[in-house]
Amino acid sequence: MQVLKDLLRSPAGALALLMLLATLLATLLTPLLSPYDPFALDFGNALQPPSAAHWFGTDNFGRDIFTRVMAGAVYDLRLALICVFGPMAFGVLIGLVSGFFGGRVDAALMRLTDIVWAFPFYVLVLAIVGVLGPSEANLYIAFFLVNWIGYARIVRGETLLIGRLEFIEATRVLRFGKPRIMLRHILPNAVTPALVYSMSDVVLTVQAVAALSFFGLGVQPPAPEWGLLIVESIDYMREAPWMTLFPGLAIVWIGIAFSLLGEGLSVALKPKG
Amino acid sequence: MIQVIFKRLLMLVPVLIGITLIGFLLLQVMPGDAAERAMGTRASAEELAEMRRLWGLDLPVWQQYLLFLRDCLTGSFGVSIFHKKEVITLVAERLPFTLGIVALSTLIALVIALPFASLAALRRGRPADHAIRQIFVALIAVPPFWLSYVLILWLSLRLGWFPTGGVGEGLAENLYRLFLPSLVVGLSTAALIQQTLRAALIDTMKADYVDTARAKGLRRHEIFLRHVMPNSLISTISIIGVRVSWIIGGTVVVEKIFSVPGLGSLLIDAIVSRDLPVIRGLTVFFAIMVVIVNLITDILYALADPRVRLE
Repeated sequence: MQVLKDLLRSPAGALALLMLLATLLATLLTPLLSPYDPFALDFGNALQPPSAAHWFGTDNFGRDIFTRVMAGAVYDLRLALICVFGPMAFGVLIGLVSGFFGGRVDAALMRLTDIVWAFPFYVLVLAIVGVLGPSEANLYIAFFLVNWIGYARIVRGETLLIGRLEFIEATRVLRFGKPRIMLRHILPNAVTPALVYSMSDVVLTVQAVAALSFFGLGVQPPAPEWGLLIVESIDYMREAPWMTLFPGLAIVWIGIAFSLLGEGLSVALKPKG
Repeated sequence: MIQVIFKRLLMLVPVLIGITLIGFLLLQVMPGDAAERAMGTRASAEELAEMRRLWGLDLPVWQQYLLFLRDCLTGSFGVSIFHKKEVITLVAERLPFTLGIVALSTLIALVIALPFASLAALRRGRPADHAIRQIFVALIAVPPFWLSYVLILWLSLRLGWFPTGGVGEGLAENLYRLFLPSLVVGLSTAALIQQTLRAALIDTMKADYVDTARAKGLRRHEIFLRHVMPNSLISTISIIGVRVSWIIGGTVVVEKIFSVPGLGSLLIDAIVSRDLPVIRGLTVFFAIMVVIVNLITDILYALADPRVRLE
């Protein structure tokens, strides 16, 4: 609660929460705001420019783009959040254990992350999806395999630092169990920078999920996923630029919101005193 | 120095082996039969058997790995099923375009980031600094594949300043044709560099020799251009070296959109045509490229800044 208060006090954090709340409301209220169905075809109204009736215009099948972009928000946000916070949970745990116990396991883990970091992110994700075959499930697998590493490295480093602090020394003197020291005393402190990092990770993952779908390697049509909306618009770019424009602006909107949230969190989570 | 470089090269050996191991595992964990997946369901039983023999799929796993390691050591990186050529031959044909985008985009990123970072550093904490940060926050939020189409729509189709894609003959022609894809990659790199460069500039402005220069009576812009800027650039360039993996990743995405026949297009085409040896060979090649660029940057950084010691 205190964090939320601090977050609302920082301009970036407050703006971010406002943007995300607006997105959530718009997504939930779309059935009330728009009389259209995201999938229903209406060829009589194909390629209409933005107007009072169709805020973002219509596509080549006469579908309302506002309704589709809002339906896409559910897709893209769900995908991006799972692809960030799933691997994050795993990476945080690995980093915590590795940094706490040290030794050979820790050394091996650091070698492994060094090696995986040599692969460009897009190359590795594309290659994994390419080998497994394009589907939504394989998209999850690819992101899980790649995304945990950053968190493991961050939390390991933090755990090493915090483990040397006096209050952790005190818990050892008190003969607290190792799991208790790790989970109750180190984790809450070590996870903060990982949480801030995860916000910029969401920004990039929203883009990457859309990019993979865009290349036909992620979510499959006819889902109203943003990357798919953009790839479907390419043939009509000249006569109906709004088809390309609005799904992309949705990605930018979400990206700015999470960047600001990261900025706000880094202020709100800073140790006080 | 030579000795240190040699030592660093030796330290690379386990990393390179690790990279080939991951490349190898990539195909190993694939569900189903590799030959069948590569050839599709229409292949006859004889064709599949031939494929397995050619690929060594009938051998034990460790022998298969050694075969792949041999391919990497001899520099072939495997043989493409689709092109019937060694992966390295395909890479050699396409590498200049990818390197062209990487180099040009880095240059563009520096040209964009330099004035903004300088302004932000000189006006630290004031409205100009905040405004610049917000601009670059927005820039990071723009997905490159979408930005590519926005620029094509605006600069190519509406204004006709640039071709919508493809490459041409000769250096000048290609620099012109690669400008738009490089701009897309460069803008996202600029967002990355701007923050680092701003921090480096602020840091350098606090250094003792800057005080000395001021005490000598040098003018403010002289100090900034002759002392602060060069020293901050050195550390920024080392950051670019670390981020080269990011720049190469960005290149992969835009190449296909601008029909540039580079390594990124090769990778995506290989994925679409299920050319598994190319996917594996290229992935490993990319990682090796990143490792080598990182090493070169480290060495150059140590040469430029004598305080830095290579371990």
